Formats: sequence, C-alpha cells, structure tokens
Amino acid sequence: MMKRAFAVLAVALMALVFMGVIGDYVELQALRPLARHYVTEVPAQLGAPNVVTGILISWRGFDTLGEVAVLFMVAASIGLLLKKDSAGGAAAGGRDARPPAGEIVTTGAMVLLPLIFTFGAYVIVNGHLSAGGGFQGGAIVASGVMLMLVASPSATLNTALLGVIESAAGVLYVCLGVLGLVLAGGFLDPRFLPKGQFGAFISAGAIPLISALLGVKVGAELSVIIDRFRS
Amino acid sequence: MITGIPVSTILMITGFGLTLTGLWGMLTHRNIMRIIISFVLMGTGFNIVMVASGYVTGATAPIIDTALGLGEAGARAIDPVPSALVVTAIVIGFSVTAVMLAFAIRLYAAKKTLSIDAFTESKW
Repeated sequence: MMKRAFAVLAVALMALVFMGVIGDYVELQALRPLARHYVTEVPAQLGAPNVVTGILISWRGFDTLGEVAVLFMVAASIGLLLKKDSAGGAAAGGRDARPPAGEIVTTGAMVLLPLIFTFGAYVIVNGHLSAGGGFQGGAIVASGVMLMLVASPSATLNTALLGVIESAAGVLYVCLGVLGLVLAGGFLDPRFLPKGQFGAFISAGAIPLISALLGVKVGAELSVIIDRFRS
Repeated sequence: MITGIPVSTILMITGFGLTLTGLWGMLTHRNIMRIIISFVLMGTGFNIVMVASGYVTGATAPIIDTALGLGEAGARAIDPVPSALVVTAIVIGFSVTAVMLAFAIRLYAAKKTLSIDAFTESKW
C-alpha cells in the first residue's frame, strides 16, 4: 500500500510539472530564427522540397550516421544476448516444433508482401520530395519482412547476407560523406552532385542516394533484429 | 469540432497524459513486459509533446509542394527542428526497447518468470 502511495505521489508531482508546462505554453505565431533559416535554406541551397529530410541528411547527417551505428550496435548486442548457450538440443527442437501459419495469413502475405516492399521502396526514394525518407521506408520494409516470417515460420532469414548488405551500405554512406568533404563544404555535404530541377525525382544533389543507402541499411538492420528475436 | 483550445495544446495534453499513464504503469506493475510497454507509452507521449511544440498557428508541413509555395515557406511552415529530432528519438526508442526485450527474454530464461519480485538479488 505504501508503494502505491509513493507511485501516486510521483505521478501527481509529474502531473504538476506538466500542467505548469502546458499552462505556460503558447502556440508559436511565427517560426523561430533557426527554423526560418532551415525552411528557407533547405530548398534554396540543397534543392530538396522536404525540409525535414534535408535537415536530417545534411546538417544533422553526422548525427544520422551515429543513429545508424546505434542500430547496428543494438543488432549486435541482441545477437549476443539471445545467443543459444547450448547449441542444438532444445534450440533445434523449438524451431522444428513451430506450427505452420494459417491459410489466411499465408494467402494474405502473398498478396500484401509485394505491395509492402514496393511502398517501402517508394517511401525511401521519395524521401527528398514528400513525407518519408530512409528510416521510415526501412521500417516499412522491415515490417514486410516480419509479415514474411510470420507467414512462413519455418523459413530462415539469411542474416549473413543481410549483414554484408548492411555493412556495404554503411561503407558507401561514409564514402559519400567523405566525397562531400572533398568536393563540397564538409562531411556529408550533399551538394557535390548537381541540384537538378527543383521537385524532380533526380534532384537535390546526393540526398536521394544517401536516403536510399540509409533505407537499405535500416531495413537490413531491423530485419536482422526481428530475426534474432524469433530464434 | 470547435473547442477554443489550440490544436497543439490538445496534442500536448494527450502526450503528457500518455507519459503519466506510462509512468504510473512503470511504478505499479510487477510484470517486466508490462513495465516495458509502459516505458514505450511514456516515450511515445514525449514524442507527441515534442512534435506539438513545433506547431505554428495555421501552418502546414514543411514540404514545398502545391500546398506550400517556395516564397511563403518561411511564413506558413511549421518548425521542422522538433520533427527532425523526433525521428531520431523514435529510432533510439526502438533500439532501447529492443535491448529491453532481449534482457526480458534472458531474465525469463533464468527464472522462468517475468515478475520482478523474483529478481531480488539486484535489489538494493
């Protein structure tokens, strides 16, 4: 009972803090100077209509690289945590004993999988033009992989190949960053490729390339994480 | 719906409500899975609050297209910085959740239960 009272007290105090925040909050009437800078400079300098993708891939590109590294470390640490202590025995039995998926799931997956993967690819490569980008599209692709694994539980994912793809995408990403350092203003500066026509599919310098690499990398990493959890 | 409350304030109240629900769940539940779900709920609440704080009255998404011309972008776009930060926050939240779930699997393998009452050796 004492514990519950402390929980009530903690939640009430936090609620008090949050109420103070909401009470003092006034909706912005105009952009802050930094935001105004981004909103005007992303289309003008980078030629990318989607301001958020422009920020994520150029000004915050180093941070995005670190984020992908975090995802990689999570995949590796989950592999370490969920490693089978005793190879064979119970592990092999568990995989064989998995019951097959139902008719509806299997048929639904056959219909939906091409759509999901196509949509994921669309979101990845249109990241500079409309809402989307590497992370979002990669997550969609990984959700398709998850449906695939649910529909055929006995299937195995080639994690070695996914690891190679993921590493290659990471290396290419860093290479593009170094190209930006050599040919343009700094590390991960996408302006070393021509800006092209504003709003066209091939435009905005290296942003679509970086976005595609990011999508491949995130999709592969999330698929590996999903696969680690089911074994 | 005419309420008189700005839309970003409604979003903020929702976000803080989710956060408090998550905090309450983390403090009261004894099952590790429920604690993880509460943690995710709390993170989602904070993400909603962050996105809401970037809203500008009457503005639209910061994507230059037919709805938002190049010239009026500075006047009619929302603040893109919180949105960019929240993309990062979602990815890191996913990573933390994945590691927590992996630890939950390990703990279950060790004690065959998910109740934190069984793991008293790490209690101070």
